[in-house]
Amino acid sequence: MKILVFLLALLPLDRLVWLGLNDELGANPIEFITRSTGTWALVLLCITLAMTPLRLITGLPFWIKSRRMLGLFTFFYALLHFLIWLWLDQDFDWAAMWHDVLKRPFITMGFASFVMLIPLAITSTRWAQRKLGRRWMHLHRLIYVIACTAILHYWWHKAGKNDLGTVTIYAAVIILLLACRLPLVRNKLTLFRAPFIRQK
Amino acid sequence: PQKLSATPNPLYVAKDPATSLKNVTTYNNFYEFGTGKSDPSMYADSLQTSPWTVTIDGLVKKPMTLDIDALLKIAPMEERIYRMRCVEGWSMVIPWDGYALSKLLNKVEPLGSAKYVEFVSLADPKQMTGVKSNVIDWPYREGLRLDEAMNPLTLLTFGLYGETLPKQNGAPVRIVVPWKYGFKSAKSIVKIRLTEQMPKTSWNLIAPSEYGFYSNVNPSVDHPRWSQASERRIGDAKGVFAPKIKTEMFNGYAEQVASMYTGMDLKKEY
Repeated sequence: MKILVFLLALLPLDRLVWLGLNDELGANPIEFITRSTGTWALVLLCITLAMTPLRLITGLPFWIKSRRMLGLFTFFYALLHFLIWLWLDQDFDWAAMWHDVLKRPFITMGFASFVMLIPLAITSTRWAQRKLGRRWMHLHRLIYVIACTAILHYWWHKAGKNDLGTVTIYAAVIILLLACRLPLVRNKLTLFRAPFIRQK
Repeated sequence: PQKLSATPNPLYVAKDPATSLKNVTTYNNFYEFGTGKSDPSMYADSLQTSPWTVTIDGLVKKPMTLDIDALLKIAPMEERIYRMRCVEGWSMVIPWDGYALSKLLNKVEPLGSAKYVEFVSLADPKQMTGVKSNVIDWPYREGLRLDEAMNPLTLLTFGLYGETLPKQNGAPVRIVVPWKYGFKSAKSIVKIRLTEQMPKTSWNLIAPSEYGFYSNVNPSVDHPRWSQASERRIGDAKGVFAPKIKTEMFNGYAEQVASMYTGMDLKKEY
């Protein structure tokens, strides 16, 4: 089952490689791969955040077992997104990169999201989980902040073009997923599980 | 598209190789057909370019409405290869076919009080699927100062690569102002109006801090969300991973246009 999730999460990368080899990335390939990796990082973030509500609703442990891998794939696509920007947009000019990070709010938010993902990726091992104990839980709640900064990054990127249709949908999904963490909503979600339990 | 015979004008030849027809016609910003770059090439088919008329009025001695065939005959058709720099940070090199807008403006005889020229694009939701969205307060409007509109570089454009304009590139008639960011070059024009007041222009109304009225290509004035110091040449011969190229002041046309802006602070009047 885990292998299936792994292969599915690799599909966006497979697609980019396939399109690249067949010269089908369009007139502006750099823009295409930048946007594609950014979009997939966000999609995987949404899927990762959906695991807890799905566990609450179904009571099945499968969802939580896939969560680590999905979270790492979120980091993987965010890393690609960041590296493409650093290499092909900034040409590894660190001074120019810092200038942009400090001056442009949309880049600030994207950069912050990426930086916050790093400790989560590093402490994703079972060993770190055991070592950190309760602190691990607290640390990994950072993902809620990252979800917000990622949406702001996307929102500000689109705002100047007045083209907010798609980002509004993502924002709504993120708000819904975060709302599932509120105790009130959380309790409601577990009620769905009641029929499953009674059947046993 | 039909053939459009045009004589190459040796004054306007770019050193850089021209962008392929495929890239010129599949990577477009033309929000009347959607906000995606490939939307115009997919959806512009529904545009009816004939019959087509353009009305020129406002502060002119001889206002007139001309149909596209009459418009085509006003002056000899020239081929001019211009660089096109998009405000988003990419650029192309395009062989356009048309004649100087001044030829048309002289025909309607602007009054002494005329200071600006406004261009209005078609906005018909029946033909243009993007017009149903509220991204822009339709119709799309752009404008130039009269001296900018009269500058020999400003091209009233009917074709590219020796054929009538593909619909996604602003058929049947558009403006090309090569020293300004691409959005200043209004597509599928139906109205040209001469005014005394600076016209309200679409992108300036949406985000005045990002898109000024002048919007001259200027590497030293950043867009709030990115630097304008460099640009990515679409279809760069050096390949996908070619480094960006330096953006030139007035997109490399300073010799022809800089004198129009003497005494202006281009950081303030961006």
